[in-house]
Formats: sequence, C-alpha cells, structure tokens
Amino acid sequence: MAVAMGAAFVGPRLLSAGFVRGTSETALSFSSADIALLDEIADTILPDTKVPGAKAAKTGECIALLVRDCFEIEEQAAFVGGLAEITAAYEKRFGTGFARGKPADRLAFLNDYNRALPKKSTPASRRKEPNDWRCFRHLKELTLLGYFTSEIGCTQALRFVEVPGGYDGNAPYKPGDRNWFVEVR
Amino acid sequence: MTTNLPQEFDAIVVGSGISGGWAAKELTQKGLKVLLLDRGRNVEHIKDYVNALKAPWEFKHRTQTTSAAEADHPVAKVEYFLTEGSTPFWSSEIDSPYEQAKPFSWLRSYQVGGRSLMWGRQSYRWSDLDFTANAREGIAVDWPIRYSDIAPWYDHAERFAGISGSIEGLPQLPDGQFMPAMEMNCVEKDVAARIRKHYNDSRRMIIGRTANITQPHEDRVNCQYRNKCWLGCPFGAYFSSQSSTLPAAMKTGNLTLRPFSIVMRLLYDRDRRRATGVEVLDAETNQTYEFKSKIVFVCASALNSNWVLMNSATDVWPEGLGSSSGVLGRYIMDHHFRVGAGGRVDGYLDRIVNGRRPNGIYIPRYRNLTEGENRGYRRGFGYQGGASRLGWKRDVAELGLGASLKDALCEPGEWSIGLTAFGEILPHADNRVTLDRGKKDKWGLPVLRLDCELRDNELKMRRDMETDAAEMLMAAGVKDVKSRDEGYTFGQGIHEMGGARMGRDPKTSVLNAHNQVWEAPNVFVTDGSCMTSASCVNPSLTYMALTARAADFAVEELKRGTL
Repeated sequence: MAVAMGAAFVGPRLLSAGFVRGTSETALSFSSADIALLDEIADTILPDTKVPGAKAAKTGECIALLVRDCFEIEEQAAFVGGLAEITAAYEKRFGTGFARGKPADRLAFLNDYNRALPKKSTPASRRKEPNDWRCFRHLKELTLLGYFTSEIGCTQALRFVEVPGGYDGNAPYKPGDRNWFVEVR
Repeated sequence: MTTNLPQEFDAIVVGSGISGGWAAKELTQKGLKVLLLDRGRNVEHIKDYVNALKAPWEFKHRTQTTSAAEADHPVAKVEYFLTEGSTPFWSSEIDSPYEQAKPFSWLRSYQVGGRSLMWGRQSYRWSDLDFTANAREGIAVDWPIRYSDIAPWYDHAERFAGISGSIEGLPQLPDGQFMPAMEMNCVEKDVAARIRKHYNDSRRMIIGRTANITQPHEDRVNCQYRNKCWLGCPFGAYFSSQSSTLPAAMKTGNLTLRPFSIVMRLLYDRDRRRATGVEVLDAETNQTYEFKSKIVFVCASALNSNWVLMNSATDVWPEGLGSSSGVLGRYIMDHHFRVGAGGRVDGYLDRIVNGRRPNGIYIPRYRNLTEGENRGYRRGFGYQGGASRLGWKRDVAELGLGASLKDALCEPGEWSIGLTAFGEILPHADNRVTLDRGKKDKWGLPVLRLDCELRDNELKMRRDMETDAAEMLMAAGVKDVKSRDEGYTFGQGIHEMGGARMGRDPKTSVLNAHNQVWEAPNVFVTDGSCMTSASCVNPSLTYMALTARAADFAVEELKRGTL
C-alpha cells in the first residue's frame, strides 16, 4: 500500500469532474482548427509571461488527446457540446470567432465563466451543470495539467530534475523562486 | 524452456513476490535446489522498468490513465492505484475475474516479483501487544508464536532488505536493525514536537520506516529521492524481489525460475500425508506439467494461497488441503483506512523541500495500549501522512485567469499537512473466501468469491481515527483543520491477510507455529494467508521474517529426515 500523503486531503482534486471513464477509447477526433482553438483558450488561461505560455507548450494538442482517450463518452459529449456553446457565445458578444479575438476580450470572457462556477461542487453536482460550465471546468483543469506537465511547464515555469540524488527538508526559499514539479505519479 | 526443465527439485516455491522471493533466497542459500514458479510474465530488474526514467512530458497521457486501461482494470482504477506508468504492473482483471459477494477491491500484480514491485515499502515490526491480543481478548485463536520467536528473524530480514528508520524505544513498535532514517521536513519536525509536548510523549510522530535504503547495500544504490518507486527503481534502492532476493538466490546457482506457471494444485500423497509436488498450467500454452519436490512453500499472495489450498487434495477433503479444521478461507483481514484529517500550516514561507522523499511520517498506535483503557472498541490504528507546500494544482480562484494565475502557480503555495489512519480489522469467521466452481477465469479455473465487510469494532474505531487526527493537528497549531471519512472498501488497504491462519490446534487452525500445514507438514504457507490477527502496522516485513524463519526450520527438518 502506498503511503497516503496528507496533501490528498487538502486542496482541490484536479480532474475529479470528468475523469470517470467509459469502457473504450472512442473515435472522437479533433481537427487542426479545433486544436488551434484549444491552444488559444489555453493560452488565455496561461499566457506567455517571462516564460512561454500554454500555446508554446502545445497544450491544445494535449487537451484533445486527454479528452479523446481518457474521458467517458458522456463527458466527451458534454465537452464537445459545451465548447460549441462557448465559442458561439463569444462570437455573439464580440462579433468575431474566439481564435481571432483580442487577448483582453478573451480573458474577460473566460474570467466571466471562471467567476460563475460554484466554489463548492461535487462530482454529482458537476454532472448536472450546463455543458458550457462543464466544458470550461475541463478546459481550465486540462490547461493546468497539460501545461505544467509539459517540458516547458516542468523545466521553465517550474523546476524538475529526474534524479534529485538527495533530500533537504529545510531548504531556503525566497519569493520569485520557482516551485519544484513533484507530481511524478 | 518448459520441456527441458528437470522434473524434480528439493523445494518448490509458489509465487515470487515478497514472501516467495524470500523463500527462494533462504532455501537456495542453504543449498537446496529450488523451482520458483510465478503465474505471470518475467520482469527483469532495470531492463523491464520501461517507464522508470520517463519525464512527465514523455508519458503520452501525462501520467493520466486511459479509458482503455481502466476498462481492463476496473478495480485498480479506484483512487490513485492505477497510473499510466504503473499500468504494465497491474494484471488484467478481465482475464482474472473474481466474485464480490460484498464489495472487495482486490489489487493484483501477476508477474515475477508480484506486488513487491508496487508495494508501499512501509516496514514495521509487530510487538507482543499484537501477538498476545487474541489470547488476552478471547478473539479467534491465540498466535502460536510470540515476539521473541520472530525478533531474530526481523533482524535478519531488516539487515538484508535494508530498512531505514529512527530508534524510538516504543514497546508497541519495536526498534530494528535500521539504516539511517530519512529526514522529516521543517514543518513535520515542528508539528511532531508540538504533538509530543501536548500529549506528554504519549503520542509521537516519527519518520516512516521504509524499505528504501539510505546507504549503498549489497549491489544496490542508495535512494535518489525520485519518488517513482512504483515504476521500478533502476537504482535498486527499494526492496523488491527483483532488486534483492532474486539476485541473491540466482547467485547460488540453485534457482530455477519458471514464469507463466499457474499452480493448479499441490500433489498430495494421502498415505504418507505429504505433498509430492505441484501441477502447473502454463499460462501461455495451456499445457499442464507436474513438478516434484521434497517440500513446497506456498507464497502465492494471501487470497491466492487460499485458492491453491482449496483446489488441492480435494479427493481427501472436498474443501481442500487444510480444510479439515473448517477454518480454511475464514478470518480474512485487511487494514481499513481512507479516514483522517488535514489542514493549513502558517509560516515557513522561506523554506522549501528539495528532493522527492518516497516516504512520509508515521504516528504509531497509542489507543488501547493498556488493559484499563476502554474506547468502546478493541485494538488500534496508526497514521501515515506528511507535510508539503501546495503546488500548481491548488485553488487560486481569486486570481482569475491569465498572467497573474500563471505567475502564482509557478511559485509554491503555503504549507499543508495531512494524516490518514490505518486501523486493525478483527479476525471474523464470516469474513471469508470460497471457491466459486461455477465461474471460470481465462484459463478455465474456478475463481474466488470474496465475502468480507467491516463490522462493529472497525466502524467504532473509525470515529476515533477521524476525530483524533483533527484533534492532534489542532493541538499542533494547524489551521483550517478538516477531518474526513472517505469510506473504505475491503481490500483497498492491499494488505489481505488470513484464511490459512497459524494456531496451536489442528482443530482450529490451518498452520502450526512453523507455518506447516497440519495435514501436510512438508507444505509451508508463509504469506499473508498465515496471519492469525492483523495488527495495524503494514504487514510485509512480518511475512519476510516468518518466511525466513520457516525456511530455516524446513531445512533443519529435512536434515533430520522428518519431512
């Protein structure tokens, strides 16, 4: 039995919403335009700063792969349907497609979703949410996952070494130092 | 390989996990020619650890499991057991089904090395508090051994396996032959000191005792703090059959290893009251073979060792070898958990942890240590846990999306600490496994039917397991403490025990004090199935010690000609 580390009891449980899977990989596929759109959404959530952002880390491709291979069928449908609703809402509000929108408009638009989501939820309550909410939750979670597990995320946004070689449980830290990537499971 | 094998050996060992690996090592080092059988594929040390050195971005699904993998592992997918990297080490649950009379999560690794490649590595000695508990309380039957019988074998097991830990002088958790302990981090040290003070040293938080070596040992490199043990360690830094017992056994020149070998039954000579060998089904070719030996060690993992016994000598006893007592398959145990508390720690924002320690903290049992204490339940529990700074998964909803979110998540968050309790399950006659001959696995063999549940004692204990965790954290100054009982399904502890318990009387037990089957003294059962009670500490170290002790006894008896 693995050591049950305490961190499992605090903080949000990432990917808890959709990752109750179905029985087989499906034929769901995303076009290059879909992936470009996912890249733009991901890059709005985690843009270029002093280190490259989600688009540079090919997060769109990662999101598409995870939705295709790891989501149960019903959640895939919610994701695809919700994504269509989100892009339609954007076009209705700003008169142009998300992929060609202004960065400030995109950020304001996605932040509205971010604020609208209930702070507290359960897997059951999330399943009852409208598709665009469900899709947005996945977009945010998968963007964080895809980005921080990418080579850029691990080695530029964070720090990662394959073989630490030792342990220091009381090392100095100052604000601005990058965190370690430790989620190696 | 199959047709060229000799047909006769001094000893046959069924299963190559922690217990079987130890049996093979001890018996070959004492000069016996040993055939080691495992039902699964071979896993070669280092070479077959295909995911061990992958960076996170080199996993196709970034370590997330796929729907296809989950369809093949509907039980292992629960919680964190199944990951993309560890999927090759979990066996197909579709090929090897079982019946759940009540919910039971049975996690299996059918491969050479078994679950020794996947285990949690926490290694604790039992004490006489555990060995005398059944007798003192009139529960089940008395253990036929005491701590003094097994203590030298704990020494032996720890010296070879390499257990790191701290000397504490606690009677309920005896010290051992430890390598230097791993380090608690700054917050754990602080919380440990506060707990110790608050409870006048009656409760103690210590660093976990783990089978990760902290110094070079044999041909193994000390732990590199990668925390990827469950993918196989290329440094051999944690104890597994592959890193430790199998190389030692192979070095003797006395070991023959045969993978893909499902032991269908022990061959039994009713006149001599001895096993004569085993019948094997080749998992790849479906051909059957017989191998003969003077002694057999059954180490197929707790529930599967029950299966092997139940399927053996059925012409003499319809319910199988060891069933004349009526207790074979009964008194199944595990450790119940998934209950505890966690919270936020103020301060230490100028401190961080470097390195990924594959170990946490441990709070040894402190409940019901004395006769006078009455908590409304028997036995007790310990806690595992740890402190760390929050990472990129933390909730920073107030920042919104964009550059501010990204900047924040590139830095560590505040410290948090959590405790998860692991509690003892009492041996109960109606927690049992039986053979379901109506349902067959991929090889046409009958499957096990598992019928186990938590009972009143465990359910009462869980209340203390939850509230004590919160109380201790609050006493240590932890903020926003939240306790939680996430519920437990039998088997989730992956510490299955019992079914072929040791005892003092053939009428009420399957095995004697040396792990010999009463009706077949040349058959030794030394894995978790032999356990008469469960304690609350992780059991694998005890299997190592019991196996080494039984192997020593078996070889002496062979010399005396009594087997």
